[in-house]
Amino acid sequence: MALLNIRNLSVEFATGGGSFRAVDGVDVTVDGGEVLAIVGESGSGKSVSMLAAMGLLPWTATVTADELSFDGRDLRDLSASARRKVIGREISMIFQEPMSSLNPCFTVGFQIREALKQHLKLDSSARKKRALELMEMVGIPAPEKRLTAFPHQLSGGMNQRVMIAMAIACDPKLLIADEPTTALDVTIQAQILDLLTGLQRDTGMGLILITHDMGVVAETAHRVAVQYAGWKVEDQPVETLFDTPHHPYTAALLAALPERATERRLPTIPGVVPGQFDRPQGCLFSPRCAHADDLCRSTVPPVQSAALGRARCHYPLSVPAKEKVQ
Amino acid sequence: MLRFFISRLSTFFVTFVGVTLISFAFIRVIPGDPIIVMAGERGMSQERYEELTRQYGFDQPVLTQFWDYLTGVLQGDLGQSFVTKKPVWDEFFALFPATLELSLCAIILAIALGIPAGVIAAVNRGKFFDRALMSSALVGYSMPIFWWALLLIIVFSGNLGWTPVSGRMGLLYYFPTPTGFMLIDSLLSGQSGAFVSAVQHLILPTIVLATIPLAVIARQTRSAMLEVLSEDYIRTARAKGLKPWRINGLHALRNAMIPVITVIGLSVGTLLAGAILTETIFSWPGIGKWMVDSIFRRDYPVVQGGLLLVAVVVMIVNLIVDMLYGLINPRIRTRK
Repeated sequence: MALLNIRNLSVEFATGGGSFRAVDGVDVTVDGGEVLAIVGESGSGKSVSMLAAMGLLPWTATVTADELSFDGRDLRDLSASARRKVIGREISMIFQEPMSSLNPCFTVGFQIREALKQHLKLDSSARKKRALELMEMVGIPAPEKRLTAFPHQLSGGMNQRVMIAMAIACDPKLLIADEPTTALDVTIQAQILDLLTGLQRDTGMGLILITHDMGVVAETAHRVAVQYAGWKVEDQPVETLFDTPHHPYTAALLAALPERATERRLPTIPGVVPGQFDRPQGCLFSPRCAHADDLCRSTVPPVQSAALGRARCHYPLSVPAKEKVQ
Repeated sequence: MLRFFISRLSTFFVTFVGVTLISFAFIRVIPGDPIIVMAGERGMSQERYEELTRQYGFDQPVLTQFWDYLTGVLQGDLGQSFVTKKPVWDEFFALFPATLELSLCAIILAIALGIPAGVIAAVNRGKFFDRALMSSALVGYSMPIFWWALLLIIVFSGNLGWTPVSGRMGLLYYFPTPTGFMLIDSLLSGQSGAFVSAVQHLILPTIVLATIPLAVIARQTRSAMLEVLSEDYIRTARAKGLKPWRINGLHALRNAMIPVITVIGLSVGTLLAGAILTETIFSWPGIGKWMVDSIFRRDYPVVQGGLLLVAVVVMIVNLIVDMLYGLINPRIRTRK
């Protein structure tokens, strides 16, 4: 059985102009020890679906799902206090902006020890020891000195390492990393990804990596879920996804990788992800899709079989991507 | 920290001279000759009037008068009251504890109620408690203080008879006042009932004086909390599985306190100013009432010296507030 099992998850936000469906019927499954990458442009509902699983969405959000279970427990009808025993202990999460994700008023040591104090029965000296150990695990130099530092005294990369230390403090079964490298320098990005995949291998935890960087996906993930405007449009193991994308959106994302470009100008996907007021009828990708016809523009596409990457498309592609682009 | 302190001290000095000048000029702008006021309704002869004018130095040019006053102040001499002939300094310190006691009680009440109320309102944003609290804060803030004080006196002192109308202590008690703080002195006296009487006398003035700061602190706490609650680090705290009271009361409040401390600092200035009205209504023998009486008597040295000392107290409070920022916000502490 999968570690995290989400079926038909929808999230609606109450806004001034009516309700907005940010996530629409998304399925997510992750096994223990698996690395799942969730890919998509900004506004595709990647973060929102994970925040929904964590129960971290603001009160304006309404979450519905046919199934939302973690390690055999239903997360939907969990009381707030029962949820707090799971969140931060068995599932933990790190975020995009390390500089603003740590509380500026407390030392990083305090913030790490606080996570330990909340979930584990350790005395004060054991917490101190464990915090130091965690700082070493995430590769922070001179950890003893850094424990007493405030977040503003550390760099973005260091703060993200602190966030990771905090997230793995209680040996979680699943770590959700929400664009962990987006706000960091390119040189630091690789280090943080290495750290995450290394920790994942050592501890055997599941890892969900939310990103919009296909390069990151190729290097780290076992399986890839592609999201578009609140839909999951494709779900494949990483090897086959890069060889044979079945959804035109995935194919277009791959074609936009600089390494794959064959012309002087980098190919782009015209248009933007539809927002609250310009959602098309039929397939949500149809206005930007090179293959769309009248059927695409009028009828919501079905989900194809696993052999076709569960592509949500009327006309799934089955040609290797490279030939497609040319 | 030392450099910070020195730069503060130099501002302090400039403000000090400025306040001296303003307080000196202010009382002279008000119509009314202090010597004629001194004579009362009977009046005095022209010779006596000129003699007194010379004696108090009013025959000198204003600039010379100011220079004499300033040099006196810098040597710690605030002059003598025209009316009581006692040094302003002594009068101030005899009366200041009464004002300080009242102001401290008021600010403690305002903080103790205002901060939790603001936090609860922010956490329950848009719900009944939030709306009720914000409406009453608006009422409290806009209400005329003298009217509110009279209303409380009529209800609690007049109709119900729960509290005394004025003063600091019941007439049945008499004891020495070494500290000037009635709450402490009544305990030291060992007379049974004295402390209760002191508390009873304090209740209404404290409520009246605390009303505006309470409203301001509650509103400021609420808005600062609302801002902080949408920060990323609050999401992190929730993702750690922390309990709501810890997230709101520690992670959010600690950050929200920075603007609230500013407001509390400013409130202390308002309190000392507000005390003038409150003290007059409740016949509270503090510096507020003393200053008002002195203005009516054109008691120049008292008005000048009193204003100056009140300003100094406010400046000291602001200095303390600046120091507190550093304690609460580490980003300020480490800035060079």
